[in-house]
Amino acid sequence: MNDPLNKYILHLADNALILAQRNGEWCGHGPILEQDIAITNISLDLLGQARNFYQYAASLQGNDATEDSLAYLRIENEYRNGLLVEQPNIDWAQTILRQYFFSTYQYLLYEKLQAADDAQLAAIAAKALKEVSYHLRWSREWVIRLGDGTAESHRRMIQAVDALWRYTGELFIPADYENQVGVDVSLIKDAWTEQVNVVMAEAGISLPEKTYMQTGGKQGIHTEHLGYILAELQYVQRAYPNSSW
Amino acid sequence: MVSNPTITESQIWDILASVCDPEIPVLSIVDMGIVRKVYLEENNPVIIITPTYTGCPAMDMITMQIRMALLEHGFTQITIRSELAPAWTTDWMTEEGKRKLQEYGIAPPNPSTTPLSEQIIQCPQCRSNNTKLLSEFGSTACKALYQCQDCKEPFDYFKCH
Repeated sequence: MNDPLNKYILHLADNALILAQRNGEWCGHGPILEQDIAITNISLDLLGQARNFYQYAASLQGNDATEDSLAYLRIENEYRNGLLVEQPNIDWAQTILRQYFFSTYQYLLYEKLQAADDAQLAAIAAKALKEVSYHLRWSREWVIRLGDGTAESHRRMIQAVDALWRYTGELFIPADYENQVGVDVSLIKDAWTEQVNVVMAEAGISLPEKTYMQTGGKQGIHTEHLGYILAELQYVQRAYPNSSW
Repeated sequence: MVSNPTITESQIWDILASVCDPEIPVLSIVDMGIVRKVYLEENNPVIIITPTYTGCPAMDMITMQIRMALLEHGFTQITIRSELAPAWTTDWMTEEGKRKLQEYGIAPPNPSTTPLSEQIIQCPQCRSNNTKLLSEFGSTACKALYQCQDCKEPFDYFKCH
């Protein structure tokens, strides 16, 4: 359970699952139909990634572990997702910016992970990379459209930066398990920063120069939001153990 | 059909060609390039499939349909495995599949080697090349929504992947 590879796979899976769950909250509530469909399609892609990672982790753990037991029966401090993905939707601007920051990171990460020594991690990454490139293109266009749009959309994008920027730092600080397996995330920080700077400049939004960066998610120390997400996500399995569709 | 020692791999392929994609019923899973490999192990079929999109909800359904089709033909020991690598690409879709897709009203995927800026998406209704993107994401994860500027018809484009 506690070996670095297992922790690392769960970290990748949790990131995808929690963002999928957040994006899924938009289902039926998107600003227009096409965008409702877009955000929930992205949610579905992320859920598929999460399933691939959980299935792989379960196969390594053996015993009775399954993709479902890993998603539904672990508690908050066993989740190793970054703090960024658990932040609430608030509005379209914050949802989009969270996706954009994360997709830029995920694209750079999977680009390297597809060359990993671990064949299954490499295969999952290579497959997901194609989908992440759509997420990135779509969210990038929206960041520019909102930042460079109306006074109202511009104001909301500034608010979104204020709310989310502090959670981007930990993406590039390796956790103990990331020091032993997978991609060295400190090496993708410069590329991420450079790409984000270009897009934010085009959107007419300035980024904070110095901020305190909140960390802890990758070690299982989360913001208050994760507990509420898991309460909803896990409710049925907790109330009716082993129930299935 | 353990009792039939003469079963061949090509007969298995024929059975699989009768299994339709649940989202796009004009295409078989063979047309889609979902079936990667078929072989026999002591006269029992082993089918290796590959998912199209990572989160495609049709994959569980497709696995079940393959099992059903083979059961109907008398097979009882059926192994179906999913392999991710190399990642599925729309280039594996057969020419026959692309033709059926167009007739069905979905613009078929361009070759994945075509640069994005040079991609022309042809209207499956009137065959005009004068089309515009309405949304990167369409009715399913594998499709984008376009509209023809000439006949004004909106249509799905099967994204090259």
